[in-house]
Order: sequence, then structure tokens, then C-alpha cells
Amino acid sequence: MKADPKGVVAGAYFIDGDHACAEGAIAAGCRFVAGYPITPSTEIVERIAERFPLIGGMFIQMEDEIASSIAIQGAVWGGKKAMTVTSGPGFSLMMEHIGLAAMTETPCVFVDVQRGGPSTGLPTLPGQGDMMQARWGSHGDYGIIALCPNSPQESFDLTIKAFNLAEQYRVPVLVMLDECVGHMTERVVVPPADEIEITPRRYWDGPKEGFLLFKAGPDRVPPMVKAGDGYNIHVTSLTHDERGYPVMTAAAQEKLVRRLIDKIRLNSDAIVECREEQTAGADVVIVSYGITSRIAIPAIEQARREGVKVGHLRLITAWPFPAKRIRELSHHVSCFVVPEINYGQMVREVERCVAGRTRVERVSHGGGAVHNPKDIYAKIMSCGKEERK
Amino acid sequence: MARTEIKIGGFGGQGVILSGYIIGRAAAIYDSKHATMIQAFGPEARGSACSAQIVVSAEPIAYPYITTPQIMIVMSQEAYTKFSPELAEGGILITEEELVKTHNLRKDLKHFSIPATRFAEELGRKMVLNIVMMGFMTSVTGIVGVEAMRQAVKVSVPKGTEHLNLNAFNKGFEYGEKLKSGAA
Repeated sequence: MKADPKGVVAGAYFIDGDHACAEGAIAAGCRFVAGYPITPSTEIVERIAERFPLIGGMFIQMEDEIASSIAIQGAVWGGKKAMTVTSGPGFSLMMEHIGLAAMTETPCVFVDVQRGGPSTGLPTLPGQGDMMQARWGSHGDYGIIALCPNSPQESFDLTIKAFNLAEQYRVPVLVMLDECVGHMTERVVVPPADEIEITPRRYWDGPKEGFLLFKAGPDRVPPMVKAGDGYNIHVTSLTHDERGYPVMTAAAQEKLVRRLIDKIRLNSDAIVECREEQTAGADVVIVSYGITSRIAIPAIEQARREGVKVGHLRLITAWPFPAKRIRELSHHVSCFVVPEINYGQMVREVERCVAGRTRVERVSHGGGAVHNPKDIYAKIMSCGKEERK
Repeated sequence: MARTEIKIGGFGGQGVILSGYIIGRAAAIYDSKHATMIQAFGPEARGSACSAQIVVSAEPIAYPYITTPQIMIVMSQEAYTKFSPELAEGGILITEEELVKTHNLRKDLKHFSIPATRFAEELGRKMVLNIVMMGFMTSVTGIVGVEAMRQAVKVSVPKGTEHLNLNAFNKGFEYGEKLKSGAA
């Protein structure tokens, strides 16, 4: 299905990643946003608040992030595409409702424009410290999808993709921006509506009699209905059966929660996206995401000029993680280098997949700035040296 | 064209960010180049020294921050003192003549100054001094095409002020052209 032309103002813009995210959401068909504005994500809701009245959308500034993250789920069951937007401290408050969205299989989008943490940390400066929280932040076990844009253009493109994946898998999708990408201004091309592919909600149009809201097809994703359309539905955060009724047994838990995990895990080949550059035959492979994937480029280019064979694998989906690909590469690569603006989060995934077959080096940065490319370069060169001994 | 780093400094409220936005927009939208802009967020954006960082390049830009700008435009004394040491060897320094006293000016720099505030006042609105500076910068650096800059000014300023702002731009541009030909 193509995008609603009402929400798409095609053209080339010079806008920041936050504004591009708002435009991406609108193009994706989002018509409900609830949020509690917080730096460095505020520009997203500012643009939404300005644009929505013109296209029939509704923005509500809620009393806090807890309310915001539940309001969007009400809107989804009422038939809207919805998102909420925040940064670290607000993201922490939203954790329970990420679990709620996972448990009730409510397709919605959470945007986290990461800043330095923990706690209120560095409101105006970049960080990438929420990556594990994105995967594991809510209690219990569930599957999730998280995307990592590295430019305003990707902020637009991947916000659309986030909405599409949310509908495809009936799952909350997280857009993990960072302050640098959010506040960086760059060229963004918004294509015409008929060139934007939109995944519609997977509505059930079969008979009302005997309809089961949580009975999944072969892809493990059940169909949706809208509250008030006459289907007998029950949506609860308690462990439930296919009707949605609470069932407090280990058997019901196994059936439901295993499916919530498997619908992401077993579809991960279709969901995982990464960009590779010169990884074939590389001695050293940089694994990066978000703004750090750009900061690494000058370091990679400099090392290549010195004769080191450096490849670059950039995570578009941090979650699910491209485990299979890292495993394949670990048989040929002598060292993985993982720069990230935290003290080592996604690097743990790399280490898990490499399983000791080869070296994994981290280039940590606590936040407040991006890396100095020289630090990434130095790490690449030290790997190369080790290899030449 | 290689990567060129531009820094604009002044007081919050002088139109520093808008100036950066206009240069970036001119380059990225109307001049088929690549451009990134990063603005300083925080207390400096609310009254004291405030800055915008722009990178312009023929190639895609990986690293969006600037380290040693080749071009610097300063509209306040504080910005001159704080930022001018960062300028690259042989870089271009553009100053507002009446607001910035360039004491201890580095010998290696190419320095251009313009009484932009006075020109803006003559045009009827002191506010457009940043646009006068943009016209002047376009002339003396040639970093972005003049028509691209005019287009970017036109679409970036508040509706109803396009004519005034284009006049301001042209005033600065013409002053730069005269200066280059030795007539100013």
C-alpha cells in the first residue's frame, strides 16, 4: 500500500534528524502522538504538533512518559498508527509499557533520542547507552525490533520502516536515534507519496463468530481488529490464551511467551538489516551503528591508506542482532573493533557471536561527544600490528 | 571541492544559527553539494557566545563536526576572542567591522571586514545584519554559488521580509565585490 498523500510534502529539505523523524512518522501514516517533551527529542513533537492539525492527526502533551506510552496503545486499539518520543530518563519510565505492547502485541513506535546518561546525565549531548535497555529494559521475556539511523535522511526512512515492521509483526519497534543525528541538519529527500511503501495493519475481515485475537498464523503473528468493530476481544497484560483471557498456567505462559519471542527470532532473517562495505577479505571489521558509524569512516579510510584491510559492518537493526552474519565473518576476520558511545553494550553481542574464535576490541566513550576518529584509528592499527607479529 | 569547515560565531539572537542554516541549505539544496550543520545547544544559545558549525563538500560528509575551520564569520567581540584561535593556518576571517576589534590578529589569516550593522540600519532593519554578512561571505569566499545563496535566503526568512533580506544580501555581496576589486 502507498502512503497517504495528505501527509507527504515531497521535496528536498535541509532539516535535522528530529524533524525528519516527525516527517517519517507522518508519511508512515501515524496520526496519534503522545509525549512529554524532553531534550534532545523535543523538536520531533514540536514538528508533529505543528503538522498534525493540518492532516487530521492528534498530538497530546501528556503529564509524563508513563501516560504517553500507554496513551499510544489506546490509540492503536482505536485504529490509529501511533508513536511516542523521548530520551533516556523518559525511556526508563516507558519500560513497563514496552512490555505491555509486547505482551498485548500492540503495533506502535517508541523513539529514543539518546543522550548521555545514566539518569538525567547530559541532556544536550550525545550518548548510545540505551542499547541494552532497548532490548531488555522491560521485565520478563519478549522479542523486540530496534533501528539505528545515522543521518537525518535515515531518520526519515527508518521511522517509516519502524511503523511498517510494527504492523508486520504486531510488535513495538524502537527507533534509537542519538543527540547528534537528532540535532544534525542535512539534506533530506521526501519522495512523493506513491513512492513510499506502507504496511497496512493486518486487519481480520473474517466472520465475527469464533474470532480469536491471539491465534497466530504460520508466521506466528495474529491478525488485528479495531475495538468497537463488533468482534469479541479481550486485551490483557496478563498471560492469556488465544481469546485473550487470562490463564495462569505454565502451559499458557510457554505457548504465549515462546511465540512472542519466536515471531522475532524465527523471522530475524527477514527483519535483520545491516550495511557492509569491504568486509570480504577484511582483516579487521568495524561494527558500528548510529552516529558512530559515520565517525568511524575517517578512521577506516586512514587505516586503509596505511595498507590495513578494514571492512565496515553497520547495524541498521540493532535488534534483532545480525548474529548469523557476525558468526560467518568471525571465521575469516582477525579482529572486530566495536566503537560505541557507552562502555560496551552491543560489543557483548559481537563477543557472544564470535565465541572466542577471534579478537573483539571495544572503543568506549562515555558520552557527551562523539569519538575522536583517531581513537578508532589507533585501535584498528593496534589490531593490525598484533596480526603482523 | 574538498571538505570546507565553516564556523559562525556571535551572540544568541543575532541570527547565527539562521546564517548557518542558509549556507547549508544553499549548498545542499540549491548548489548540488553536501552540507551538514551542527549548532551549539546549551546555555551559550541563550545570550552569550553562540555558534554554528557547517561543513560543505562535493563528497558525502562522514564526520559532521568541525575541528579546524577554514572560514570563520564572527559578529561579536566575545566570539572573536573565543573562536578565532581555532581557525586553520591561512584561513579566512570575516568580521563585523563595528562590533569586532581584531586586536592581535594572526598574520597568516586572510581578513575581511564589513560595517554590516550600519548597512542593515540604512536598509531600515538592524536585524538583517546577518544577511548582509552572508552576502559579503558569498563574495569573498565563493564557497557557495551566489544564486543558490539568494534562493536559500528567500525561502529561509520570515514571509513578507524576502525583499528586505535580499536587499541586505545584495548589499553585502556588492561590498565584497568592490573590496575585491580594490574600490571599497
